[in-house]
Amino acid sequence: MIAGTIAAHPALIRFGVHRPALAGFIVLVLLVGTALAAPFIEWAVGVDATAIDLGAMLSGPSAAHPLGTDQVGRDLLARVLRGGQVSLGVGLLTALVAAAIGTALGLAAGYLGGAVDAFLMRFTDGVIALPLLPLLIVLGALDPAKLGLAPDAFKSEIGGLARIVVIIALVGWTTVARLVRAATLTVRVQDYVRSAEAMGARPSHIILRHVLPNVVSPLIVATTLSIGNIVLLESALSFLGLGVQPPMPSWGNMLTAALEQMSSNPALAIWPGAMIFVTVLAFNLVGDGLQQALDPRAVRRI
Amino acid sequence: MPRRLALRLIQALVVLIVLSFVIYGLIGLMPGDPIDLLAAGSPTMTSEDVARLKAVYGVGTPLVPRYLHWLGAALSGDLGYSRLTGLTVWRTLGGPLGHTMALMITGLALAQLFALPLGLAAALRERRALDHGLNLAAFACLSLPTFWVSLILIMGFAVGLRWLPASGVEDPGGGGLGDRIVHLVLPVAALAIASFGHYLRYMRAAAIESLRADWVRTARAKGASWTRVAFGHVLRNAMAPVVTLLGLDLGTLFSGVVVTETVFAYPGMGKLIYDAVINNDYNLALAALMLATTTTLIGSILADLAYAALDPRVRFQ
Repeated sequence: MIAGTIAAHPALIRFGVHRPALAGFIVLVLLVGTALAAPFIEWAVGVDATAIDLGAMLSGPSAAHPLGTDQVGRDLLARVLRGGQVSLGVGLLTALVAAAIGTALGLAAGYLGGAVDAFLMRFTDGVIALPLLPLLIVLGALDPAKLGLAPDAFKSEIGGLARIVVIIALVGWTTVARLVRAATLTVRVQDYVRSAEAMGARPSHIILRHVLPNVVSPLIVATTLSIGNIVLLESALSFLGLGVQPPMPSWGNMLTAALEQMSSNPALAIWPGAMIFVTVLAFNLVGDGLQQALDPRAVRRI
Repeated sequence: MPRRLALRLIQALVVLIVLSFVIYGLIGLMPGDPIDLLAAGSPTMTSEDVARLKAVYGVGTPLVPRYLHWLGAALSGDLGYSRLTGLTVWRTLGGPLGHTMALMITGLALAQLFALPLGLAAALRERRALDHGLNLAAFACLSLPTFWVSLILIMGFAVGLRWLPASGVEDPGGGGLGDRIVHLVLPVAALAIASFGHYLRYMRAAAIESLRADWVRTARAKGASWTRVAFGHVLRNAMAPVVTLLGLDLGTLFSGVVVTETVFAYPGMGKLIYDAVINNDYNLALAALMLATTTTLIGSILADLAYAALDPRVRFQ
């Protein structure tokens, strides 16, 4: 019964008939599945992401290395798989952190109103006015010692990844904040919210029971669409040498090395870039499909 | 309208001052001491000057007086020396600014040239094959990493076919105008591909909105042809939101420029910002970032003005 209700949900049907979105969704499931299964795939194919083989530098596709090898003889397939783990993981985590920051600030601005709202919204405008990638380059170059952290805080794997998540999330919350604020303002003045307030409901109750359920749809759409952009930003930063640091592979930093090997092994430049493209396209198509499926105005179209 | 403009300008000025403080603070968190770097880039400074400046404005001293000192100097036109070039920041910024303007303007124009008519075409054929195809193409363009597109273009047209140069603004020794144009082709193509998708989608959405308006039906009922309605009415009305987004997009464009210029070794503002940050050139990074931010703010004001000029209803509010 319940399963039947969920399967027949109009939003789900609208998403299902949106073929590009469905295709994007299938691609995403495959990508995430492959990233999670990377160690098993490496074991099954018999390749290793870290094994350096100077004898087999920049070789083309072969039985031992299905996609060939990079400039120090590491297997390209294994590197692309590991790079996918990093790029997808950073993208998803950053999108969630950014959405959390945006939701908190949007709720505060919309619910508290007045001076808090004015200040937070001017602050949001200011962040939007900053040129994104130049700003990220500066944030990427900050000295951990001056931030009160250990001088080599960003050198470790976890520290380095945390740094990227934080700097991209710090500039990526603005869309969500505006959406949540707008939805909060609309919900706040509804009669049922006012009556709940009159009956003595606490702000936490109003926010959890009335405001948040009303912002879930736009929140999901904005977050999905933001993942694609975040993957692009992370890859650009890593490409410029300020994101994920080698030897840890990410699709972005693999292309930095490929730049020098363009004429000797073009496959190095093709695969990581194609993976970024497919991933971002899939997230964008799914986001677009969700937008049309969850948008109440879309109902009449079916 | 003048009142509105004045208000916007004052707001933008306040935002700019606040942002300059934020940017100054961030730049100060980069490795090194700005005074050491300043001294290294400034030929006229003695060691006594350095010691005196460090005591007052070094990283160890509080942020606010340091910032006020910089702001005072900057307002009087003194942005200091660049460590990278040894020249004043003003002179260092000159060339790159011109190169970036050439790249941005041609790139944007090329993107619009394709995106606007195709966006209109998609809207006129909403939910048909052409619309679905163009929409997918737009999504593909905005999902492409710009640096990868640049790489592929270099691999195809510079390394492979050897048709076009892979980097720089002109051949060593300096070519003529033709040589400069040839050097612009690939970076402009990369930048145009990066913005095409967004503009096609903006244009499509704006045109669909216009097409649903009552006056489209009225115009058709009075016997106006589809072409007349599409180009005379829908296009003009759809332009307003698109132009607005054009102004708001200057900041995004800067991001594309950073990547494109770095890959093509094109000496513009984007590469300058990158080089300045990587080499801890405090003065230059600060000035270049402020310039990018100011451009973004001016873009949003111009967007407002253009919107009012294209939509009379806004003027009379």
